[in-house]
Amino acid sequence: MNASSVPSLEVSGLTKRFGGLVAVKELSFGLRGGEILGLIGPNGSGKSTAMKAILGVEPPTEGSVKLDGIELAGLPAYQIARLGVGLVFQHSRPLNRQSVLENIKIALLPDRLTQLVAGAQADAQARAIAERVGLGRVLDRKPPTLAFADLRRLELAKAIARHPKLVMIDEPFAGLTLSEVAVFSDLIREFRDEGRAVLLVDHNVKGVAALVDRVLAMYLGSKIAEGSADEVMRNEEVRRVYLGGALGTAARPENTFRDAVPLLQVEGAGVVYGKALALQDVSLHVHEGEFVSVVGLNGAGKTTLFNAVSGLVPYTGAIRWAGENLQTRSAAAIARGGVVQCAESRELFGDMTVRENLDLGGNALPDDEREQRLEWLFELFPILERRQSQLARTLSGGEQQMLAIARALMMKPRLLILDEPTLGLAPVILEALSQALEKLRNTTTISVLLGEQNVTFALPHADRVYVLDHARIVWEGAPDRFEQEAAATYL
Amino acid sequence: MRAVFTSRLFWIGIATLVVGAVLPLFASGYVLGLLTVAFYTAVFAMSWDLLFGFAGEVNFGPTFLIGLGAYTAGILDARLSPQISMWVCVAAGAAAAVVGGVLLALPALRLRGPYFGLTTLVAVLMLQNFVVVFADLTGGEIGLSVPDVMSVDAHVNYWIAFGFMALSGAILFGLSRSAVGLILQASGQDAVQAGALGFNVVKHKLAAFVVSAFFSGLAGALMVFYMGTASVGTFVDIAVGVQVIIAAVLGGRRTVIGAAIGAIFLIGMGELLRPLGELATLIVSVIALLVILFFPDGFLGILRGRARS
Repeated sequence: MNASSVPSLEVSGLTKRFGGLVAVKELSFGLRGGEILGLIGPNGSGKSTAMKAILGVEPPTEGSVKLDGIELAGLPAYQIARLGVGLVFQHSRPLNRQSVLENIKIALLPDRLTQLVAGAQADAQARAIAERVGLGRVLDRKPPTLAFADLRRLELAKAIARHPKLVMIDEPFAGLTLSEVAVFSDLIREFRDEGRAVLLVDHNVKGVAALVDRVLAMYLGSKIAEGSADEVMRNEEVRRVYLGGALGTAARPENTFRDAVPLLQVEGAGVVYGKALALQDVSLHVHEGEFVSVVGLNGAGKTTLFNAVSGLVPYTGAIRWAGENLQTRSAAAIARGGVVQCAESRELFGDMTVRENLDLGGNALPDDEREQRLEWLFELFPILERRQSQLARTLSGGEQQMLAIARALMMKPRLLILDEPTLGLAPVILEALSQALEKLRNTTTISVLLGEQNVTFALPHADRVYVLDHARIVWEGAPDRFEQEAAATYL
Repeated sequence: MRAVFTSRLFWIGIATLVVGAVLPLFASGYVLGLLTVAFYTAVFAMSWDLLFGFAGEVNFGPTFLIGLGAYTAGILDARLSPQISMWVCVAAGAAAAVVGGVLLALPALRLRGPYFGLTTLVAVLMLQNFVVVFADLTGGEIGLSVPDVMSVDAHVNYWIAFGFMALSGAILFGLSRSAVGLILQASGQDAVQAGALGFNVVKHKLAAFVVSAFFSGLAGALMVFYMGTASVGTFVDIAVGVQVIIAAVLGGRRTVIGAAIGAIFLIGMGELLRPLGELATLIVSVIALLVILFFPDGFLGILRGRARS
């Protein structure tokens, strides 16, 4: 790369619409060679779409993307790539029958149908790139035998093979251990020092703070803040998006719960998906009647934790329910034992009516008890009584969420696990959900384990809070201490 | 290129060829005839594997390409012989398959997921209907007789088919192991990422389709002049396509050589078990099903797995 010509990316008025949904709205920013920009935002903020629009994988609806003055908007991805944009994908799908070396070589091949043999030059180049990203030891291995970090290295190697002027990295540290994070950070700094422009896409500032020169925060498709990592973390709007406004809490101290052995005990639980660490040495407990929130951004490991408790994924460590080890129990037995999970995807039977969905939930109950329970639920969610004969899929998002919770409650849980109940819901609905949870807390002995990335919703309903970050519990405490002690780990 | 000669697949291919070259010394004319058909089918299956195994596209209509080649060659010969040579008809058949293949693939490759496969399936049905409706031209359901035949000598026919299969196999295998073959595999596995690496995915897949169409059409056209007739049942019917697909999967996806072995196995077994009557088809189907269920990488997958452990 020529030092005299510093590459520059100029994005202006970038908009991406999917039908009626505006995923990215008039986004503008600049990025120069030798600079690392962090593009951050919570789940659904449009940061990944913005990245894909720059590469042309999702062609922008409007606006312009210029690299060194050349307009990229509207070009197909392969042309944009050849003009000097490289993307490191979060999920790697290398060719499993080819060696690491061959996989890197692919990235060096010209896009020609007549080139049947890769030149000797390509071989030397590929070896040099491999050395650089630390794949020298495993050149002749096949990808399925590689460790997760090495697979990520392979993605890095492919992305920089053609010396892109702009390197975009999607969630650079997802699934890596702390020491690997340090190594990858050094590599990314090297890209910058060579004069490349580097764009890191991640969920929060904290993950990339040590690395970035500048941060741009997005929310609901628009830019809400831009500046140094510190400035963005102090920004009012960013704090509001990530932490919510005034955090009122009504926590009950842990010593008011009288059970000697907590109802649910998770001790050193770990889960590995393929090669990615999804959960690492997580310990937590929930007392009978206690409301516990697990707060964490998308991908932190909340759903994995809940699935481990529900017996849906294999795990290491111990999970105890009323003192008894759940390791050998089937998912169905665990659910019958009183642990009922209300999944993020809701899992309703769309072509059945509201009433049928509820009856299915209470299938195991005797008739009169089912009737009583239904009556109680209709008090909790009055709207469902009016919607009884409607098909579940015709309900609004909020009503579907209520139905999902109601159906879970029909199963007479002792522990109700709610995974991201507020995802994509309007504030009005949140209010209704809030009231229902409050009622549960004050009038029943049901325990609730609530997983949320929306802190505003999670804190008021919690007696205790855990913060889950990159597969680990990083903070535990009362909700009123959250803003002071844990907000920094969350932003 | 060195990698090609050291790969186990290459030697499996060579071994198959040696067996094929020695066989005519003691095999009967009947067996040779059977193998002649098997060799053409092997080319169908290898061409199909280039699309499925490497480009990652499931072509449910291999017989669209085969049929185009066969019928174009057959009709030309039936109409214009003896003014034009049989070989010109064969070349025209291959060209027609390529043209038809491009016309089909250009719009179809824009579709994602199973829709490409469905489009190819519909193409077969269309061709089949065309042949039946325009019976004056195509011979319809009775079939089309061609005046020219390659040879009446079983040995000559055997050697032509054998040589053709060996040459096609060498080209297709070499191609799959070449630099463009790598790009094609990358495109098949993850089109978005291949695009991000600067590869025009549609161009590479279209090229693969052209190559696949060329060999399918060529094999179809040659087979017409071996059999002396073209009929829907041998060249176009969905069942023929299914047999090609099963042969490729049975032999071992993404190997090219495996497709040929699978085709020879299918036709050979069908014949060996023929004394059992209707039961033969059932037994072959059950074997195919078991292999696909328990060894998704096919015969060569079993061999490789054993070599590894």
